[in-house]
Amino acid sequence: MIALSHYLILGAVLFCISMAGIFLNRKNILILLMAIELMLLAVNINFVAFSHYLADSAGQVFVFFILTVAAAEAAIGLAILIVLFRNRRTINVANLDTLKG
Amino acid sequence: MNIGPSLFYLFSGVLIFASLMVISVRNPVHAALFLVLAFFTSAGVWLLLEAEFLAIVLVLVYVGAVMVLFLFVVMMLDVNLVPLREGFIRYLWVGVPVALVILAEMAVVVGPEHFGLEAVAAPISHGADYSNTKELGGVLYTVYAFPFEVAAVILLVAIIAAIALTMRRRPDTKYQNPVTQIRVKRGDRVRIVKMEAERKR
Repeated sequence: MIALSHYLILGAVLFCISMAGIFLNRKNILILLMAIELMLLAVNINFVAFSHYLADSAGQVFVFFILTVAAAEAAIGLAILIVLFRNRRTINVANLDTLKG
Repeated sequence: MNIGPSLFYLFSGVLIFASLMVISVRNPVHAALFLVLAFFTSAGVWLLLEAEFLAIVLVLVYVGAVMVLFLFVVMMLDVNLVPLREGFIRYLWVGVPVALVILAEMAVVVGPEHFGLEAVAAPISHGADYSNTKELGGVLYTVYAFPFEVAAVILLVAIIAAIALTMRRRPDTKYQNPVTQIRVKRGDRVRIVKMEAERKR
């Protein structure tokens, strides 16, 4: 039988994979955005698993809102990326140093 | 015969494989396609958890809209891939052990000791006439009506922001300005002049 811990460990594995993805792909903004989407997916799996095992639909409602916010964030992130690429012709994070903070 | 557990292991295996491929393949288009596979597979996992509405919404909204947007952008940006991969091997020796340590810590917390079948009982499966959509709808529009409206405002803000960031106007196109059109008065367009009738010679 599949226990709650199986789903939670699956969510934890996905979260750690996407975290490793952010460590490894620090220069490529596109892969960074995809790794963030994977993190949100891991959290969503967590929420849905708890909602099923505790018979509370609040978890699924929260996943609904996380999906909304993640879609909005992906759209705006990609719009920023496009404008950046228009001006700088690169998506290499190392070249985005004009603010010089 | 209960195929639930074997389906779970199958979906989990494909999901973990797909997410490993997302972060490690060279070509961003391949990474986006592996991410699409990951989302489809996690929709299958959610179907196992009897969250049918959310599984379909994941496929429709996330794969159908967000990932298509990703693929548009990935294919539109003409990227030189070589300098983006530098440091991958160098960071591998730190990144992977750190990720494994964090995974071990998380597995200790959410592992079978606290969330196994003895601690949290397996839920009773709903019958065939259970409608997950109806149950979500009953809660979403009553108890969570205000967050629902806030989510709509967030989407509106996202639309406006994306358009405001990326729209370019060409300087030489002609288009009408409705505000000035409405404010036109008769005196601006017509002027009546009294003049003598000309006589033809």
